Amino acid sequence: MGFLFDRNTWQEIFGSISKNRTRTIITIIGVLWGIFIYIALSGAAKGLDNGFDKVFKTVAINSMFVWAQSTSMPYDGFKTGRPLQLKLEDVQTIQNRIPEVQYIAPRITQGNFGSEPVYTVRGQKYGSYVLNGDYPIYTKISTKKIYDGGRFINQEDIEQSRKVIVIGERVEQELYTKDEDPVGTWIRVGSVYFQVIGVHKLAQGVSFDSDTAMFIPFTTYQKLYNSGDNIGYMCIAAYDNVDVVQVEKDIKTLLKNIHRVDPEDERAFGSFNLGEVFSKTMGFADGLTFMSLVVGIATILAGVIGIGNILLISVKERTKELGVRRALGATPAEVRNQIVMESVFLTLIAGILGIILGAGVLALINSFTKDIDFPYTNPTVPIPYVIGALVIMVVLGTLIGLIPAQRAVSIRPIEALREE
Amino acid sequence: MIEIKDLHKSYKMGKNSLHVLKGINFNVEEGELVAIMGSSGSGKSTLLNILGMLDELDEGSYTLDGVAIKNLNETKAAQYRNKFLGFIFQSFNLINYKSAAENVALPLYYQKVARKERQEKALKYLTQVGLKEWAGHLPSELSGGQKQRVAIARAMAAEPKVLLADEPTGALDSKTSYEVMDLIQKINDQGNTILIVTHEPDIADMCKRIVHLKDGVIIEDKKIEQVRASKYV
Repeated sequence: MGFLFDRNTWQEIFGSISKNRTRTIITIIGVLWGIFIYIALSGAAKGLDNGFDKVFKTVAINSMFVWAQSTSMPYDGFKTGRPLQLKLEDVQTIQNRIPEVQYIAPRITQGNFGSEPVYTVRGQKYGSYVLNGDYPIYTKISTKKIYDGGRFINQEDIEQSRKVIVIGERVEQELYTKDEDPVGTWIRVGSVYFQVIGVHKLAQGVSFDSDTAMFIPFTTYQKLYNSGDNIGYMCIAAYDNVDVVQVEKDIKTLLKNIHRVDPEDERAFGSFNLGEVFSKTMGFADGLTFMSLVVGIATILAGVIGIGNILLISVKERTKELGVRRALGATPAEVRNQIVMESVFLTLIAGILGIILGAGVLALINSFTKDIDFPYTNPTVPIPYVIGALVIMVVLGTLIGLIPAQRAVSIRPIEALREE
Repeated sequence: MIEIKDLHKSYKMGKNSLHVLKGINFNVEEGELVAIMGSSGSGKSTLLNILGMLDELDEGSYTLDGVAIKNLNETKAAQYRNKFLGFIFQSFNLINYKSAAENVALPLYYQKVARKERQEKALKYLTQVGLKEWAGHLPSELSGGQKQRVAIARAMAAEPKVLLADEPTGALDSKTSYEVMDLIQKINDQGNTILIVTHEPDIADMCKRIVHLKDGVIIEDKKIEQVRASKYV
């Protein structure tokens, strides 16, 4: 393999490919296109992947909601159609019985799911908004970004049933003028005055709450609406590595048990499993990555075969030249090496150019999609993939180069030199 | 320098076998300038190809500078060609994307001569054929005669034992032919052994010995009084 490091070998190869410019360019375009497609596709897939990641970053990925509906089967002496009500103690039971549950946040709400929104007044301004009674643990499941020195509900608010409220971005816009700081001010919610302790920013990506939602301590809500131990729904986050679908089933089974519902009754409790949606979305992104890999490699393959093809034709064109070289003392091995090295060198140059071009296009896409509302972030191709593609190209380039090289060697110099 | 004994060569063409060389006995001493003449089909090119190790003999023996040329594989043949022989072709066979100097340096590349030395030698031989100023030009920028002189310089560059020229003036007009022959004579004067295949009598007359081939046998082998090409230039 010493010839690889011989400057003369490279001068000879470089001379040959730089002098046959058209051939070189056409050859390069084939592989360049292949690797470009590969880089652009897998980068785009990665961008989508990252985009989804970013969208789901604001919420616990394997989280779900569970709420009560009414029974659809008679059971244990109860007739069908019995309305069910989730209770605060259900939360404790779930936490005690199902170890896969990491966080569980009960919530009671007014203004969602068909109920009347709450009439809210501040001075001359007013609006109707969703009101939630929450525990601080809720932020573990859905991140809340609080503006300008404010805060979310804390444990003391709960213990003392403080009349404090976190308002949404839009609520702020509608009730306050631009340069007012809402924190510390008072607003009337229904018939009770609350002190604003924070404004939550609408999270980019998936959010459980709209920008018109307001949050007060759960205990305050209980007193305000006299709701007792009733809860509206539960937000539940399972641990990262558990099967959320199974956890969802377990929770529902447990709830059916507590509330004396037929275990077969599918409609007694409703739920929405974000983890399942997430894994489906990620599955889609993975599928896309895989597809781009397959398409990319197929395109590279096509490009390399193109190189082989063109070299094969060029060997025919260069029959005489190769004959002369052999008459002048080139051994078959030297001729073969030259053709193979030309193939590898062309493939490599084309590959590197394709990678640069692909990276450029990805950078361009990135700058265009930066500010638009589309799950697309930082489209990159992992370095091992790039190196892998280069290795594949060199290997294929060598193998493909062997065909024309073998052809070149198989022509005897006397045949190559025969006058036409 | 060259010893050929009872050389036979035939080509198989389908079922028929074409007996081209039918027992050639032929010696060449060092410093000779030999013309191999004959009409087309007489076997003169085949003989040259065998001498040039581009083709294999069927029967007989061939010794070049004391080395028996027999059962060579391609690699060995290539090495012997590189070491012993310089080729001059009718159609020059310069590599069209290489400059004159690079063409001349090519056999040295295969001799693994260092680049700097290659360039020096290439320039030296180009100077010898009077084309020093054309070193950087591509073959397409040279006239026929100049191309052949570059080809001669290339054949000389490897400092071979024998120069083999196949119709070196076949593609040139008379005046240019004589210039090329003048050059060949001068190279011969320096003691180089040269074999020329030609069918032109005036070219053959410029050699020191004429071997006449007909139907695969030597019918005439005579030493002649050399006509100096410089008279016509």
